[in-house]
Amino acid sequence: MPTPTDAKPAMPVIEFRDVEKQFDTKTVLKELNFTIERGERVTLIGPSGSGKTTILRLVMTLEGLTDGYIYIDGAPLVYEQRDGKRVPVSKRQQKLLTTRIGMVFQQFNLFPNMTVLENIIEAPIHVLGINKRDAIDRAHQLLEKVGLPDKTDAHPTALSGGQQQRVAIARALAMDPEILLLDEVTSALDPEVVVDVLQVLRDVAATTDVTMLIVTHEMSFARDVSHRVMMLDGGKIIESADPETIFTNPAKERTKKFLAAVLRDA
Amino acid sequence: MNYLDALVMHGPRLWDGLLLTLQLTVVSGLLAFVVAVVLGLMAGSTKLLVRLPARIIIEFFRGTSLLVQLMWLFYVLPLFGPSLGAMLVAIFALTLNYGAYGAEAVRASLTSVPQGQWEATAALSMSWPHKMRRIIFPQAWALMLPSLTNLWVHLLKGSSIVYIIGMSEFTFELLQLRRTTDWLFALAIVGLVVYFIIALVLTQLMRLFEARSKYKLGRGPSLKEILSPVLTNKISPADEPAAVAPGGAR
Ligand SMILES: Nc1ncnc2c1ncn2[C@@H]1O[C@H](COP(=O)(O)OP(=O)(O)OP(=O)(O)O)[C@@H](O)[C@H]1O
Ligand SMILES: [Mg+2]
Repeated sequence: MPTPTDAKPAMPVIEFRDVEKQFDTKTVLKELNFTIERGERVTLIGPSGSGKTTILRLVMTLEGLTDGYIYIDGAPLVYEQRDGKRVPVSKRQQKLLTTRIGMVFQQFNLFPNMTVLENIIEAPIHVLGINKRDAIDRAHQLLEKVGLPDKTDAHPTALSGGQQQRVAIARALAMDPEILLLDEVTSALDPEVVVDVLQVLRDVAATTDVTMLIVTHEMSFARDVSHRVMMLDGGKIIESADPETIFTNPAKERTKKFLAAVLRDA
Repeated sequence: MNYLDALVMHGPRLWDGLLLTLQLTVVSGLLAFVVAVVLGLMAGSTKLLVRLPARIIIEFFRGTSLLVQLMWLFYVLPLFGPSLGAMLVAIFALTLNYGAYGAEAVRASLTSVPQGQWEATAALSMSWPHKMRRIIFPQAWALMLPSLTNLWVHLLKGSSIVYIIGMSEFTFELLQLRRTTDWLFALAIVGLVVYFIIALVLTQLMRLFEARSKYKLGRGPSLKEILSPVLTNKISPADEPAAVAPGGAR
């Protein structure tokens, strides 16, 4: 079983503290508390609507936070406590933190007005300020890594879904994120290409120490790459353990039922 | 006086009228585009303080007629403010009026850019100007062009209304000519043909822009491919452009 690379034992890289999320009047997450250590790869599982995507989107600041706090490397991401009051953090601070976070989406979301290479180098050059030459070199390395070295000048619309998703992974990695968020990145793909994309991610997991927060229905993938699996139900984490325990001997009846249903469908 | 003589005699004035019409169409058209983009971006903002002023300007200029705006600016404004002169008034009113309509087209096309594109720019921590300039606007551009083209043709035809502040544009001169001849029918045809030709030039020009923007989004043939039958006088096989991958688009 894999273990987290033990760097500084100090700060968790992600911490949710009493997080609450409502959409209009509907409470999706309530009193959610968890931490993720540096280099840890954590998979969120749970039934549809349990709030998995919402958790990732909160970390990426794509959703507003109704209550509570999220810390990245110990620094408040959305709200902070000052003089006993809950106040929003500055835009600058938030941007500083979000540049360390990357996300890959179910629908790839490549920019159709740019080539593959341009998709990858755009943010490194204009957001991180890396010079163009270096950004292009790095993009070539990443395209090699995801198995698409010959697609540099291709247009996203000319690529298959699996190829687009691999470019999207390269684009996210080009920002050198400390945290990588993956939301069902193979759900929109044809079954035959799912394995290619998962292989790329296994490779990323094996060769980098990027912290990963993963939502997936691919249980064997989750089992292989995760250090820990968190079972979510009704906006709460009902069980959190290493994949071996979760998949073979879960503590909660709810987890057992959920896994039985998922594995039967697979 | 026969028709040809009348036309020759009025030729210079008709020509001046035509030039004025073209001037108003091009200058106001370009300025209206700038206004439309600025107001459209503001109207699409999530911040009320940015959105509200834009909405007020848009609704005001869409909600009052161009005729009334021209009269106010030309006849009423000088009573308690500066007198701007007919040309400035005409350009100002046409610009804001059509700019306000254009702003709606800009705003609507910005909101039509898929949510996933906005989220991808956020996930890459792009700043607002950066994402707008490089990602969102280029995609919205392809969507807004047909509406903007329509508005431009409307502006061309609508510009004839400036005769009420004493400007002798093309339609006005044409009607002057009518007074000295009874060639109403023939004149109507001249008017029809001239406006039609100008509108045709405008729409074809804009269609090239549209094709180029679509090609950049990986949809449809490149400009070169579209123009090649015209330029080389050859008809290219119709199914060829769609089959080639638009690689290397810049
Ligand atoms: N923008 C939104 N507006 C209103 N409700 C929302 C919104 N986004 C999510 N929800 C609701 O929040 C709940 C959690 O949604 P979320 O997408 O996080 O679930 P999930 O665990 O990712 O589910 P799935 O496995 O189906 O992707 C759901 O009940 C959903 O309907
Ligand atoms: Mg989801």
